[in-house]
Amino acid sequence: MNDFVLLSLVPLVVSTAAALACALVGNFLVLRRQSLIGDAVSHVVLPGIVAAFLLTGVVAPLPMLLGATAAAVLASALIALVRSVGGVEPGAAMGVVFTSMFAGGVLLLETSGAGSVHLDVEHALLGNLESLIWFEGTGWAALLDPTALAALPPQVWRLLAVLVAVAAFVLAFWKELVIGSFDPVFAATVGARPRVVDMALLLFTAVVAVFAFEAVGSILVVAMFICPPAAARLMTDRLVPQVAWSLLFAVASAVGGYVAAGYGPLWIGFQSSVSAAGMIAVVSGLILAAACVAGPRRKGTRSIGAPA
Amino acid sequence: MLKRAPVPPDPTAAVDAASPLSIRDMTVAYQDLAAIRSASVDIQPGSLTAIVGPNGAGKSTLLKAALDLIPRTSGRVAFWGRPFGAVRRRVAYVPQRAAVDWDFPATALDVVLMGLYADMGFMRLPGRRHKEKARAALARVGMAGLADRQIGRLSGGQQQRVFLARALAQDADLTLLDEPFAGVDAATEAAIVEVLRSLNQEGRTIVAVHHDLASVTEIFDHVVLMAGRIVAAGRTAEVFTPDVLETTYGGRLSLEAFPDGRGRPERLR
Repeated sequence: MNDFVLLSLVPLVVSTAAALACALVGNFLVLRRQSLIGDAVSHVVLPGIVAAFLLTGVVAPLPMLLGATAAAVLASALIALVRSVGGVEPGAAMGVVFTSMFAGGVLLLETSGAGSVHLDVEHALLGNLESLIWFEGTGWAALLDPTALAALPPQVWRLLAVLVAVAAFVLAFWKELVIGSFDPVFAATVGARPRVVDMALLLFTAVVAVFAFEAVGSILVVAMFICPPAAARLMTDRLVPQVAWSLLFAVASAVGGYVAAGYGPLWIGFQSSVSAAGMIAVVSGLILAAACVAGPRRKGTRSIGAPA
Repeated sequence: MLKRAPVPPDPTAAVDAASPLSIRDMTVAYQDLAAIRSASVDIQPGSLTAIVGPNGAGKSTLLKAALDLIPRTSGRVAFWGRPFGAVRRRVAYVPQRAAVDWDFPATALDVVLMGLYADMGFMRLPGRRHKEKARAALARVGMAGLADRQIGRLSGGQQQRVFLARALAQDADLTLLDEPFAGVDAATEAAIVEVLRSLNQEGRTIVAVHHDLASVTEIFDHVVLMAGRIVAAGRTAEVFTPDVLETTYGGRLSLEAFPDGRGRPERLR
C-alpha cells in the first residue's frame, strides 16, 4: 500500500486536476460548438516550445510553458483574425492556423538544430504520467511532512494552480460565459462584453492545454476537453447539472483510466501495464459512448421544436 | 407633434436629440459590398415603426449597425442624442430567432433572466426579485406555464415569445425587434402584437423589421421603407403608398385597390 503513495498518488492527482480543468473549460467550448479549439491549441504549442528553447537555450519547464502559451495566444488571435478578415467559417480558420503553426514548429525544430530537445512523439502524445514518482512519498504520513511535500513533482502544484485559476474564472464570469455562449449578439447589446469573454475563454483554454500537455500529453487533453462535457450534455437539459456531470465524468475517467492502465493488463493475464494517459482517454470515450446509448437527454428522446 | 414629411432627413443635419434612434448618413459594407448606402432616418418617439423592404435591403443590418454589433463604414448614430454605450440600459434588442442554438441547456426562465443581466452585479447570480420579474414577463406573453421547460422543447412561436419576454424584462424605452413574426403561428403573432401595442401605449418606442406587407397598416403607425438605402420614412398612412412600394420593391409587387382607395400590397416573389 505504501507503493500507492510513492507511485500512484501523484499521477492520480495530476491527471484528475488536468481532467477537471479541461472539463470546466470544455463545457463552454462544447456549448459554443468550438470543441476543436482545444485540439488546435494543443498542436499549436509545439512552435512555442521550440522557440522558447531557441531563445533561452535551456530545456526548462517555465520558458517552454511561456513560449507555448505565447504561441497559443498568437494562434487564438490568428484564428480570430482569419475569421474576421477572411470571412471563413470557424472550423476552416482553426484548421488553417493550427496546421500551419504545427508545421512551422516542425520546420523550426529541424532547421535550427534544436532536435536535441527531448520532444519525442511518445511524450508529446501520451505525456509523462508514469514518471511522476514521489520519491519521498514512502507512506501516507508523507502528506504531513514538509520536506517530503517539497519533493513533490512540480506538475502537482502547477496543475492544481491551473485548476484553481480556471474554476475562479468560470465562477466569476459565469453569467457572461452563459449569455455569450447562448446569444453573443444579445450579450453585446446588454454590455456583457462577449468578445472579451471569448478571448479570456481562449486564453484559459490555451493555459489549460499547455500545462496539461506537459504532464499528460495531447491525446488526454483533447479527450478531456470534449468527452466529459459532451457526455454530460446527454444527461441533463440544465447547465449547472451539466457542469456537475462533466466534473464527475472527468474524475471517473482519470481515476478509472489510471487504475485500468496499471492493473487492467494484469487482470487479463498480461505482465506489463499500458499508458495511463491513453487509457484515461479511452475510458472518457467509453463514458461518452454509454451516455449516447443510455443518457436520458440523448437525441431521439427529445421532442423537436417544430417551427409552428 | 408636427407631422413629418415623408422624406428622409438631410444627411448633413445634426442627429435629432429627441428621437430614440437617429441615424445620419450611415453606410455599412460587408467586404466590399455596400449593404446600406447613406441611410438617414429619425425614429419617432412613442411610435410603433415597421422597417420594410425586399430581402437584402439592409433592414437587419440597419439595426445591427446602429447597435454597434457590426462596424459602420461611415455615419452617425444616436439614441436620444447619445451614443449607444451610454444608454444601452434603455434599449432592448430581439435578434432573429434563428440566430441562436435552441438546443442550449437552458429553460425559458433562464433565457428571460438574461434580460436582467444589467440589473445583476458582477459575480452575482439572479435573486428572488429577478426571478419574479422574469416570471412576470413570461406571463405577459402567455408563457407562465412553460417557464421551466428547456427551450429546445418549445415550438417556434413559443421560442419567439421567450425572446420577447426577455426584452420585456429589460424594461426598455426603445425595443428593436428583428423579424419577430418570422415563422410563428397565428396565436403567437396575435400575442406579440398585443404586447407590442401595450408597450406602445405605455409610451415606449417599438421598431420591428417586418416582412408581411399586408399587415403593416394594421399593426404599425410608422414605417421605414428600405432598399439598400432609405426609400421613405414617416407615418404609415402617408408613406405606405403604391408609388413608394413600387420604388422599394422595384415593380415586383401587384397592387390592388384597397376599399379606401389606397394600394393593398401583395408580394409576387
